[in-house]
Amino acid sequence: MRAGRVAQYGLLIALAMVLSYVESLVPTFFAVPGIKLGLTNLVVMVALYRMSGRDAVIINLVRILLVSMTFGNAFSLMYAAGGGLLSGGVMILLKRTGRFRMLTVSIAGGVAHNVGQILVAMALLETWQMSYYLLILWWSGLAAGLVIGILTAQVVRRLPASLFGPGTAAERERDGKGDGK
Amino acid sequence: MSDGKATIPKRGDLLLIGGLIAVGLALTAFVLLSRMSGQSENLTVVIRQDGEVVATLPLDEDAVYTVQGEEDAVNRVVIENGAVYIEEASCPDRLCVKQGKIRYAGDSLICLPNRVVVEITGQDELGLDAVAK
Repeated sequence: MRAGRVAQYGLLIALAMVLSYVESLVPTFFAVPGIKLGLTNLVVMVALYRMSGRDAVIINLVRILLVSMTFGNAFSLMYAAGGGLLSGGVMILLKRTGRFRMLTVSIAGGVAHNVGQILVAMALLETWQMSYYLLILWWSGLAAGLVIGILTAQVVRRLPASLFGPGTAAERERDGKGDGK
Repeated sequence: MSDGKATIPKRGDLLLIGGLIAVGLALTAFVLLSRMSGQSENLTVVIRQDGEVVATLPLDEDAVYTVQGEEDAVNRVVIENGAVYIEEASCPDRLCVKQGKIRYAGDSLICLPNRVVVEITGQDELGLDAVAK
């Protein structure tokens, strides 16, 4: 079981890293830093719904660390970590209440991710003049969360349940709480 | 739970997404209003690096200021005809250059890699700051 978990982590972290890299190849069309789809959140969402919140956060943090060390720097690490931690926390809490659909959790996560990045930017740049960026990133986070939520629903539906093995945290959670969605 | 139920939004979904959209609209209104009501004379350009003010220049005088950072990090800030833009920058994504020209109080240009912020502020605000110091 332990080896299986390590293999799952490896697979999903590698997938998340590849998606990070693929997205970095897409040229930025927008003048505002931070507007992007956040394809890696697809992996985090699948982990959240098929494994557990803890797994999703671990996978995301390891991915952020590896990607920042490979392609970024200390500052990109802080922005990514700020966004990743806030969106991860928000999505876990919302999912745990059981009152929200996957799509809603994803949208809230997208917004929270961008708000987290702006909070880090405010702290690093020591400025409150962020309302314009907050405005743009609020809407872009909402849109990105919508797209990722739709994609995640499709991926989760198509992934064989056996991929995450019997007796994983997700299985236990689903058995215990009924419909995890 | 039935499959049909999963596709119907729950009350919580509508409330949360409605709330997110409402806050977004409020932000939009706030930014648009503050832009329209902002003063258009005696504006000042404040250039900050790592949170420290490195230059304060009047918006109505053409000027070029180069922000020099560590390891050849450079942002060339140009003030021209009452507008500010970053003409050239050493950062890899050059998003600060793509942000174009700004001319209203409260607008800002931000270069995350070089930690440079160029802000336009009103004279009153600056006067208060000067008194506070």
